[in-house]
Amino acid sequence: MMGFIWFWLVAVMIVGYVVLDGFDLGVGVLHLFLARNERERIITLRSIGPVWDGNEVWLLAGGGTLYFAFPLLYASAFSGFYLPLMIVLWLLILRGVSLELRNHLDMGVWQSLLDGVFGLASALLTIFYGAALANVIRGVPLQATGYFFLPLWTNWMPGPAPGILDWYTVIGGLLALVALTLHGALWLVLKTGGELEQRARSLVKPLWGALLALTIVSLIATIAVRPSGLDNYNHYPVTYIVPVGVVASLAAILAWTRKGAALKAFLASCVYLFFMLAGACWALYPTLLPATTGAANDITLTRAISGPHTLAVGLVWWIFGMALAVTYVVFVYSRFRGKVEAGGH
Amino acid sequence: MGLGLLIVVLKTVALRTGDANWDRAARFWGRIFAINFVFGVVTGIPMEFEFGTNWARFSRLSGGVIGQPLAMEGVFSFFLESAFLGLFLYGEKRLSKTMHWFSAVMVWLGSWISGFFIIVTDAWMQHPVAYERMPDGHFEVLSFWQLLLNPWGLLQYMHNMTGAVVTGSFVMAAVGAFYLLEGKRREYAEIFLKVGVIAGAISTVAIIFPTGDLHGKYVARNQPAAMAAMEGLFRTEIGAPIVLMGQPNEETQQIDNPIAVNDVLSFLIYGTTKAEVKGLDQFPRDQWPTALPLLYYSYHIMAGLGTWFVLLMLVCALLLWRDKLSGVRWALWALLLSFPLPYIANTAGWMTAELGRQPWLIYGLMRTSEGYSDMVSAGNGLFTLLGFMGMYTLLGLLFTVLIYREIARGPEPKEVHA
Repeated sequence: MMGFIWFWLVAVMIVGYVVLDGFDLGVGVLHLFLARNERERIITLRSIGPVWDGNEVWLLAGGGTLYFAFPLLYASAFSGFYLPLMIVLWLLILRGVSLELRNHLDMGVWQSLLDGVFGLASALLTIFYGAALANVIRGVPLQATGYFFLPLWTNWMPGPAPGILDWYTVIGGLLALVALTLHGALWLVLKTGGELEQRARSLVKPLWGALLALTIVSLIATIAVRPSGLDNYNHYPVTYIVPVGVVASLAAILAWTRKGAALKAFLASCVYLFFMLAGACWALYPTLLPATTGAANDITLTRAISGPHTLAVGLVWWIFGMALAVTYVVFVYSRFRGKVEAGGH
Repeated sequence: MGLGLLIVVLKTVALRTGDANWDRAARFWGRIFAINFVFGVVTGIPMEFEFGTNWARFSRLSGGVIGQPLAMEGVFSFFLESAFLGLFLYGEKRLSKTMHWFSAVMVWLGSWISGFFIIVTDAWMQHPVAYERMPDGHFEVLSFWQLLLNPWGLLQYMHNMTGAVVTGSFVMAAVGAFYLLEGKRREYAEIFLKVGVIAGAISTVAIIFPTGDLHGKYVARNQPAAMAAMEGLFRTEIGAPIVLMGQPNEETQQIDNPIAVNDVLSFLIYGTTKAEVKGLDQFPRDQWPTALPLLYYSYHIMAGLGTWFVLLMLVCALLLWRDKLSGVRWALWALLLSFPLPYIANTAGWMTAELGRQPWLIYGLMRTSEGYSDMVSAGNGLFTLLGFMGMYTLLGLLFTVLIYREIARGPEPKEVHA
């Protein structure tokens, strides 16, 4: 029971991170193409200024929760995905610092460089996150000890000895790039005005088309790579509501954008991300990290979970602490609601 | 963390007196805090990842214990701090004066909660309490409250946070001294000097007594080998001397060129000059701290600088009290030139704590050589270490440039970009 609860609590943290940091990553990807002058660029960046580091906190809090609830999974996955994680860390550093610096250095060439770094780091991060999730779904070459180590690539095929990147995980990376870029575009439609809003709006439709295509492709590819992913759904047919939710939220994004309901369209995109991630988690449950070396080496819930006392105490402070955290998040977003204006603090 | 407290002081005076200069001073230091915060966040994320990436075997066994305070730091502190820092920096126009003051308080609180959980984590590695070892070797928490209220952690926390206030005070006072020596921005310089020197005088005394004193006594009782190495005490002695200067020589097991005062170490640890203090000869060689000279120097640099801090801040506080400080150029120069020293002292203090724990990763339970990720090859480890060294060198340069620009720009009201 505890295992079930903590599995979904960690999943909630991941969803929280993707939904929140997702849009500021998307804005990072888009700002290079959308903003045509300094004023527009400032507005674009200011739309995420007060919130982006708070969004990144979800990653830290999620990592910490994973660490204490499933130490084996944390130890195994973080050391096994060593190389891509280091790249992610460097990208996070570059991204955060370039955003902060560009607000302090007002020299043209430097700003162009920093904007480029910020955009590129944002794009690469979305691709890595997507590829990471695809790696977890595909499975990794776990040894009986519970450890593994993955090179960045091998022969680009998801066989028993795969690399971080193969054709399947690349699809996952592209899916994340498009989904989060669309998420960012919807945020900009919501938070900006005038030409900038129009330009963001005009991007929604092509991005949406690409997302629809990639969603279908990735679904088929996932079933091909991991046929057992359907077992849970077949066992509890009511959970087919998840793919239905994916389709419905996708449709809602487009419908509400056409009607000019920017907030609803953005929320629909949040729901889409939620269903995609929840669907992936449910396909794996109760496996946390499947092995390509035979199911006996899978890291499962029962194998990785911390002791009952740790988890019981953890549940008390976790619920209390996250209730507080959600309160701050709601408060901050409500304070900064409405369109962003240039100038002043 | 020290600056967080000082910003609250500035905001409180501003709120009480309605003096716009204090508000501008708070905004100025808020910008500097923000730069610190961003660099802290981006360099802090790797720290949490590293437990898993580089210390996988340690994480697997200890996650049930120290994963707890680490996760609590994220949940209780980071959300608080980042949410209210966003409000503090971007929301002044959208908030009432009281609400803006409240954001400053919350940012300060968040940073101090964060410090607490990190110290609890470290304290468990230094002085493991409230755990049970399971048959497969992993650790589970027995008592949540004993873990959080680990006496080692409480002492270390007080010492550490006081050190943070020392740093904040010195930087604030140094900027005040800089403005006065340059002969500009008198009105802000006076504010910075006043707050910096008063906070500095209190915290520099407190860093030695009681916090440093208590922490040292606790180390001597619980990690006697570490204490012997810190003090360079190779042989057990009754009425042990304190070595003020000298270089430890591991081959001959003595201090070269010593300047020592007899009996003082015994007195400092046990309250009597005749007490016996265990030297390194009491411990098998494989339990000596691995990097003995480095540990010895770190500790002596920390303690030596701490003494200088007290002297300087007390003299300056006296001058401030007599209303003379802003005219005494040598004192201003001393304050200005001393600003890097607390950074060095804090780093040396942390090196003392962590080197002193060696060769243990969890003191007495798990050796450092048993904890690293054996799936990560040495080549990959070196590659990423070099990457981080390059990245952090760049970050250090950028940080210095940014802070210098903020100081050069000053707290005057101007059109600002956040």
